[in-house]
Parts: sequence; structure tokens; C-alpha cells
Amino acid sequence: MADAAKPRALIHLPASVRRGEAFEVRALLGHAMENGLRPDGFGNVVPRDLVTRFECKLDGVLVCAVDLYPAIAANPYLAFWARLDGPGLLRLEWLGDNGFAHVETRALVVAT
Amino acid sequence: MSHPGRACLARRHLPAGPHRPARRRWLGSAAAGLVLLLPGRAVRAVSAASTLDEMVRHWSGGAPVTEGRITLDIAPLVENGNAVPITVRVASPMSAADRVQEIIVFNQRNPQRDVVRFSFGPACARAEASTRIRLATSQQLVALARLADGSLWSHHVDVVVTLAACIEG
Repeated sequence: MADAAKPRALIHLPASVRRGEAFEVRALLGHAMENGLRPDGFGNVVPRDLVTRFECKLDGVLVCAVDLYPAIAANPYLAFWARLDGPGLLRLEWLGDNGFAHVETRALVVAT
Repeated sequence: MSHPGRACLARRHLPAGPHRPARRRWLGSAAAGLVLLLPGRAVRAVSAASTLDEMVRHWSGGAPVTEGRITLDIAPLVENGNAVPITVRVASPMSAADRVQEIIVFNQRNPQRDVVRFSFGPACARAEASTRIRLATSQQLVALARLADGSLWSHHVDVVVTLAACIEG
């Protein structure tokens, strides 16, 4: 399992993308998403540790921003649709409790 | 928090010794257990105060919400509430004038009413998004969409959950 400093993110993108065509972005982040309500084996409540915000930008333009609440399952999975107009630099950012921040960037392969 | 176990707490507050009656030891550990439970109870009571209808009214700001346009895709029978796939979608061209600004999902019986909020930007191609959520029990879910023309749309779905999430160890 990945440690807290460097979580693991899986990002699925099409092999190549045409300009003006819709394509799906699927992102999965390795994170426990502790909601602060769950007891551990000793009956003590596990402290809250959540990813609360996600933003995806394509060439600096917002694709999708997500507010995540405790009802989001562990290892938050998000899928949505983007449309390419520029050079195709995708930036995904997760923010959370205790100063959690994780950024992934991907360069899309643009079909000619 | 890094509490020791209940037994350790009880031992700290009561005189140690081989002749301590079993009943007093049991009372001590019961009291420690109660103290540990109290904060969790208070949080749950506060967040359970607002109902699904109140959340929808607060979100809409009193504007009328019409059932339709938006679809909340979820299995009607959920075996494991720890990770339930959902998809929300609105048939929308997502052009500058006719687009979906946000989609939000509320639940009825989790410890907290909010589930997720998607805000769609200019580079978004479809008003469609998927994620995986937790469900504490069988309940009603509602997906709400706010369109650029100011209209509000909803879709209520009832689900049956076999294995609960959220508060179980």
C-alpha cells in the first residue's frame, strides 16, 4: 500500500484523442477516506481523514470540479467527459484533510 | 486520538490490587466506554437533524424543482454499501448557452446528507459523471441538476442496502 506522502493514482485516458471530440477521463486515487465515524478494534473512533475536493483542468480550462463528502467510498473513483481544443495537457488535483494535496498531469496524444 | 484500551483507562482511575471486586472493575470499564461513545453520538444527532426535503429546499433556495431531465443510475438492490457505483447524467449539449452547471447528490439516512457535488466547467463535454459512494442503510437518494437557464431538476431513487457502510467497524 502506498504511504500517505505519495498516494497512488490510476488515470485512464483514451490512447489518442481527436480535437473537438468528447473523451472520458477516469481517475482513481488510493486513499482511505476515513469519515471520522468508524470505530477501530478498541472502540476508539478513527480520526477523520478525507479527500474533500477534486479539480480537473484541460489546458488550464476547468473540466470538472468535485466536492467529496464522507459518503464517497474509499479510494475515490471519478469519471467524467472532456472535450479537447488546445494542446492537451490534463491536470488533476486532489485536496483533503490534514493538508493533503496530490497533483497528476498527463499529456494527451492528439490524433491528426 | 491514541487512547489506550478501555481496560487501561479503568485501571488508571481505580485503586489497583488483587482484592478489587469484579463488579467495580466492570463499572469502571463501562463508564470509560460511555465517555468514548459520547462524542460520536453528538455528531450523529446534529447531522441527522436535516431531512432530505430540507436539503433540497436549501439547495434550490425556494425555487421550484421539477422531477425529470436528470438520471441517477444506481442498482436498486445494493449488496455492499461500502462502495456503490453511481452515475448521474443530463441530456445536454453542454454549449455556452445550454449547459448544466452542477449536479449534486443527497441521501436520506447516512450520518451526513451530502454525498457529492459535480461542477462542470467550459472544457466539459457531457453532463455525465460517475463515482462510488457509501450507503449506511436502505434509503432514498436524490440527484439534482442546476442548468444554465436557472431551471432545477431532480431524480429520486429508492435503494435497498444489505450490508451497511459508514459507521460499522
